[in-house]
Amino acid sequence: MSKIDITVDGVKFSVPENINLVEALSHQGIQVPTLCWYQGMDECLGTCRVCTVKVGGRHSAACTMKTQKDMTIEFDTDELKDLRRGVIELLFVEGNHYCPSCEKSGDCLLQAQAQDMEMTHSRFPYEFNNYDLDFSGKNILLERNRCVHCKRCTELFSDDEGHKVFSFIGKGAETRVVFDHEREKKLSPHKAKEAMDLCPVGAILVKGQGFSKPYGERKYEKEPLWEKK
Amino acid sequence: MGKKVISTVSLAGCFGCHMSVLDIDLKLLDLVELVEFNRSPLTDIKTFTKKVDIGLIEGGCCNAENVEVLREFRKNCDILISLGECAVMGGLPALRNHLSLEECLEEAYCNVPTNKGNKIIPKHEDLPELLDRVYPCHEVVKIDYFLPGCPPSGDVIWSALAALLNGDEPKIAKHLIKYD
Repeated sequence: MSKIDITVDGVKFSVPENINLVEALSHQGIQVPTLCWYQGMDECLGTCRVCTVKVGGRHSAACTMKTQKDMTIEFDTDELKDLRRGVIELLFVEGNHYCPSCEKSGDCLLQAQAQDMEMTHSRFPYEFNNYDLDFSGKNILLERNRCVHCKRCTELFSDDEGHKVFSFIGKGAETRVVFDHEREKKLSPHKAKEAMDLCPVGAILVKGQGFSKPYGERKYEKEPLWEKK
Repeated sequence: MGKKVISTVSLAGCFGCHMSVLDIDLKLLDLVELVEFNRSPLTDIKTFTKKVDIGLIEGGCCNAENVEVLREFRKNCDILISLGECAVMGGLPALRNHLSLEECLEEAYCNVPTNKGNKIIPKHEDLPELLDRVYPCHEVVKIDYFLPGCPPSGDVIWSALAALLNGDEPKIAKHLIKYD
């Protein structure tokens, strides 16, 4: 793979051409915060915008960009840090994120990003929207109050037979995640757990498995995001 | 220089954040050397008797009395701190926010499974009027600093108070920030 030069915050780096920008920066020790994207993902989703940087002076979701020759990237500026934290704050006010009563607390990427960005509150008014729960499934509980509409479950998850289980209905602010009841019923415990772990927040829960880890043993308590930097 | 004055109050909270103030443990001995407490459940002083430097607010605003008390705190305190998840974003009391007040009261007083036939929803001039929803404190008055957590740990409270008493901006260390 041929190498090219890119500039990040005024510093030149030599990186492989045409690879995912978040991944390229990660190899250079620059950790761009992400929510819908994770290391090893083939296709980006580009839904959450938490990885916003400036490429050639324009705001862009880094996970949607591939490395190109002479790219100029702004990442670690006060303006962009504030913007990325603003995106996280917006997600907190749009959904109903009651961390003290959430089964995924401590294992939640949204919460971990907020902590890493030192969010103490949201600058936006809390909306307290009403979202329906779907507890009709055999294995899975859908807690839509926490869904950030990242599309991980609809795009990346399939059952043992390779069929999609989750999908979106509605449009815009009415968008809701739903599941195929017949396929959900047949999910193996292993697959149901995979769906819960794939969800970056606490929207997909395996019934009867909440609060399984004690305080101090939860994912982002053991591996805080800033320790990767 | 005289001692700095601190006041605390619990609005729509559970007093867990006040318990966390006590969790400052041995540093409480340092704290009482540096400050005196005015209006607070810890002193049982019910009204402000002097100007206060730092006010700690636990809980959000769920009724008219909470709003009145919070405004009084804003008037009497130079610095106001939202202490804990309920003050910061409404917390668990705000779980009622997507229900109408009428639905919420009917569920609590009439339809609850343990109800033995009661159909009366309490309403009296001595009872504070409930608000349409629970409001975070900073949506009612200006709040200067926020300490999230349910509750924030004693270390967070101590570090914020120590910084303010020292004339510095309080900044919570990343590993101490939590939301549950």
